[in-house]
Amino acid sequence: MKRKNIWIAAVATPVMIAMLLLFAGSPSVKANDQPPAANAAVKIDNFVFGPQTLTVPVGTTVTWTNSDDIPHTSVSTEGVFKSRVLDTDEKFSYTFTKAGTYPYYCTIHPKMTGKVVVQ
Amino acid sequence: MPDKKEDLIDQNLQDLNNDGVDRRGFLKCMAWAGTGLVWSMSGGIPVSRAFAKGYGKDAGKGADFTFVQISDSHIGFNKPANPDVTATLQTAINKINAMPRTPDFIIHTGDLSQLSKPSEFDTLDQVLKGTSAKQIFFVPGEHDMLTDNGEQYLQRYGKGTKGTGWSSFDHKGVHFVGLVNVANLKAGGMGSLGNEQLEWLEKDLKGRSASTPIVLFAHIPLWTIYPDWGWGTDDSEQALSYVKRFGSVTVLNGHIHQIMQKIEGKVSFHTAMSTAFPQPAPGTAPSAGPMKVPADQLQKVLGITGVNYRVSGRSLAVVDSPLGESGASASGNAGEPVAVVDSIHG
Repeated sequence: MKRKNIWIAAVATPVMIAMLLLFAGSPSVKANDQPPAANAAVKIDNFVFGPQTLTVPVGTTVTWTNSDDIPHTSVSTEGVFKSRVLDTDEKFSYTFTKAGTYPYYCTIHPKMTGKVVVQ
Repeated sequence: MPDKKEDLIDQNLQDLNNDGVDRRGFLKCMAWAGTGLVWSMSGGIPVSRAFAKGYGKDAGKGADFTFVQISDSHIGFNKPANPDVTATLQTAINKINAMPRTPDFIIHTGDLSQLSKPSEFDTLDQVLKGTSAKQIFFVPGEHDMLTDNGEQYLQRYGKGTKGTGWSSFDHKGVHFVGLVNVANLKAGGMGSLGNEQLEWLEKDLKGRSASTPIVLFAHIPLWTIYPDWGWGTDDSEQALSYVKRFGSVTVLNGHIHQIMQKIEGKVSFHTAMSTAFPQPAPGTAPSAGPMKVPADQLQKVLGITGVNYRVSGRSLAVVDSPLGESGASASGNAGEPVAVVDSIHG
């Protein structure tokens, strides 16, 4: 067993170093495998999250902006994220690092719902 | 009234079909609300009559006691719909102080503040200090529980209340219950009372004589006015089932910043005007946000609600008075009522 582990380490370490070097030195590979951090926006207007369903790649930072005269919140139904109270023109951002569907709502006006689909 | 509005009211009040109330008559009253019609309810039949001049002067005379409901003062709001909500709240307090009969107490049905800020609550306290009424009872609106699950609200306005701020008290033979339907709201839902509060309410009402007049007050309407805008309470049916056996039930709400009324059996529902800004009639705007009206019209769509109680007949008369009427002038009356509901039962 011990011998085998050493063998794996001996092979794996140079491969990992090579991969790191390759990734660092080749922007094209980096761009394909891990897109640069993206941004997306949800506008809160007339008591509606727009777009109601937002689909974004992993790593995207989504920013909610309240355009109403009334405060709103953006709170994950499953407890993933929770904004403070957003008064007029205030913003809240959250970066989605895992794929999945994230339903959310305004805790002040719970009829207001939306979701972010992260792929 | 434009047909469109009547149609809307029509849709919204379909549940009236089976309660024995003349629906057309009721709709007529609804259409007139705000333009000076007095209407009353007797034995389940709503009766409307032309609004008589001077009724406001007599309102409260002969009553055993009077109390006033104010709502939705939104202290801290400063947008074009009303850049000075402190001033309009002050006007409301002046109007109450000018009433021919000092109300026994005031009920504030929530949204005291805009953002639950200590400075907003401080300003509210300053203005309310000037009232002639000896006592003020509160229930929170969703704007009062924004930052700390309502802790600050409870410390300031909810002393001696239960849970998130519910409580009951008796006054001269009438049983008052303040309910909280703005806490722990669920995604996609409307207002919510929750099981703990419902259980408390059932116990609170148990054992009381059916002839005791009951007044329920809460921020969000305890009847479904417009689900698309969340203007209703998901579990209000349960609460109302506990008051069904009582001969006279009056339900006072705020939240929607306009007068709406409904009679269902022996239960009269009523929503009050805001002291801060008006909101659109259901479905008449893209959203329920603050409605901008010309500055000189604002005080006609803000107001207070007075309630007069007579022991004989155990009746409560609800009188809405806009801030902008000549109420506080020479005659010293409380302004002329826009609409009156006499819930006379038994």
